[in-house]
Amino acid sequence: MKKSIKLTMVMLLALTLVLSACGKKNEANNGGAAEGNGTKSDVKVGMVTDVGGVNDKSFNQSAWEGLQAVKDSDGISVDYLQSTKPDDYITNLNKFVKGGYNLTWGIGMDLGEAIKTVADQNKDANLAIIDAVVDAPNVKSITFAENEGSFLVGVVAGLTTKTNKIGFIGGAEIPVIENFAVGFKAGIEAVNPNAQVMISYTGAFDKPDLGKTQAATYYNDGADILFPAAGATGTGVFNEGTARKQKGEDVWVIGVDKDQSLEFGDEITLTSMIKRVDEAVKRVSKEVVDGTFKGGVETLSLKDNGVGIAETSSKNVSAEILAKVEEFKAKIISGEIVVPSALAE
Amino acid sequence: MNKIVKIFSGSIIVPLTAIVMGLLVGALIMLLGGYDPLLAYQSLFSQVFGNLYDLGETFREITPLVLTGLAVAFAFRAGLFNIGGEGQFIIGMTAATFVGIKITGLPMIIHAPLALIVGGICGGLWAAIAGYFKAKRGVNEVITTIMLNWTALYLANYIVRHFLLLKGQQRSENLQDSASISIQWLSELLGNARMHWGTLIAVLAAVFFYILLWKTKQGFELRAVGLNPHAAEYAGMNVGRNIIKSMFISGMFAGLAGAVQILGVFHYQSVMSGTPGIGFDGIAVALIGMNHPFGVLLGGFLFGSLTYGSAGMSFGAGVPPELIRIVIGSIIFFIATPGIVRYVLKPLYAKRKKEKVL
Repeated sequence: MKKSIKLTMVMLLALTLVLSACGKKNEANNGGAAEGNGTKSDVKVGMVTDVGGVNDKSFNQSAWEGLQAVKDSDGISVDYLQSTKPDDYITNLNKFVKGGYNLTWGIGMDLGEAIKTVADQNKDANLAIIDAVVDAPNVKSITFAENEGSFLVGVVAGLTTKTNKIGFIGGAEIPVIENFAVGFKAGIEAVNPNAQVMISYTGAFDKPDLGKTQAATYYNDGADILFPAAGATGTGVFNEGTARKQKGEDVWVIGVDKDQSLEFGDEITLTSMIKRVDEAVKRVSKEVVDGTFKGGVETLSLKDNGVGIAETSSKNVSAEILAKVEEFKAKIISGEIVVPSALAE
Repeated sequence: MNKIVKIFSGSIIVPLTAIVMGLLVGALIMLLGGYDPLLAYQSLFSQVFGNLYDLGETFREITPLVLTGLAVAFAFRAGLFNIGGEGQFIIGMTAATFVGIKITGLPMIIHAPLALIVGGICGGLWAAIAGYFKAKRGVNEVITTIMLNWTALYLANYIVRHFLLLKGQQRSENLQDSASISIQWLSELLGNARMHWGTLIAVLAAVFFYILLWKTKQGFELRAVGLNPHAAEYAGMNVGRNIIKSMFISGMFAGLAGAVQILGVFHYQSVMSGTPGIGFDGIAVALIGMNHPFGVLLGGFLFGSLTYGSAGMSFGAGVPPELIRIVIGSIIFFIATPGIVRYVLKPLYAKRKKEKVL
């Protein structure tokens, strides 16, 4: 026993020596980097991702880009914490709240319950959440009119399709995703009543293999345009589409949340339905800087530029169709067309 | 005291060195990535022990890991490799959720323990399926338990979707208050950390593990079957029955882990897109703990605090939380390869021997 204690001490000593030696070299680097930012504001904003992580190429990443934009423009300090499992939501949120952050973001509807708990326990803290409605006076809930954005890409799909068969692949049968499907279908039917719309849900947001299988099924059934709204599962849809495109088949995929042509390429991405999570994050974070932050629910629609279609769409979509899209957009904004919603109670 | 020393003295030096070496490897990789390892480990430490809230949450993190670690260790002791902790965990969760929501009108003193026990038993039965195949048909339990993980996942999702769903959401309704095993006063004391009785249950489970395996005739049989099934059979023990029994007890630990997560932490169950991973982590905990119940307690403590501390590491030093998995991975690697550790320690031993000669 004595031996082992001695040995442990030696090892610990060695560890501290090595570590402190390593540490010094790096501290200089870090210090330099921190000074370079030139912080102007005392406001601190934190965000907690869902299990998708900050590099999910979807809304977590978009939100983080939004925060960084505010950091650059207003000089606030921003930070994020990734959740590896649902247990982490509350502790991560608390890390910011108890750390005196002026605003804490929860990204994704998965965090709804956690935000509610933390908000109730910390009445003075400001919190905000994307894609979910949380009923608490100190929480700002941001939702998007996905149905309106999907309507527009539906118009593009309806006018572009040659086989008159179009597929929608959702991540799960939940209101937010059904809202995409309902709007998409309405958009297609508005311009092309003969088109057949096939809708299915893979049941997972993180399974590219399922997306690929479903995409293959739809393409084999004769569909030529697919619209996945399924997070990383959508990657599989793009992979299947790209493979078929290379074999000379005339197929397309419509991107979701971000301009996915930037990631998957123009040859397969027909257009993208954009959800401006970054804009929302920017706006609400700035409200905190200005001191005008208030809890409540806000739905960002076409009118607020909260949803829309990607600017790069003109590469693959004819000017004629885009003009039609603009026409519908104006009609939706003016209220002439009311896009059906899956969220209506 | 002497006994405890005896249990550990031979084996404690290897895991301890392995832990230090694992931390060193982590530090090395942080250096390569341009992070400051000293600051990182400092923030990790302060995240775990910095204040009462975090301390409480660390114990919340440790609790299920200890239980799934016990599950794997118990099966190991009986010569079985239970990779199905994951599935048994999920079944335990689902059973506890079901009892917690569907059974009404019971007082707390009956309802909560009932949900716990049902969760444990269902987890045990789930594992016993694999044990039965192994005993009757010789099917390798590694394969069946992995397959049962996925079966459990989809079965649980099916049950939540069709019987327990909260309308319009991807999760079940909330449990009734009478099924909760949260400790309200302790939570309030620790700044709303999610404290629950499961932590105590995990410790009791480790004690039960120890007594059953080393202090009873039944435990002797289980170990004998684990060490040499042919000899055990020759000695007149029923090998098949013992395999099923040990799988059942192993699964019970994992099922309890799932049940305490639901009854103590979440109070509802989500539709899961993947397995939660705590069952797999249990394998690592068992390895770190050298398959001894009290070792598993320590292993769970290490694993849990490292995992929980990783958030602090990314907060304080910008180190991605995944890095802690590298540290844990290296620790397991070094524990599994005592040769390397002994090689590192060799100079120390050699020196001491010389001293003795002198």
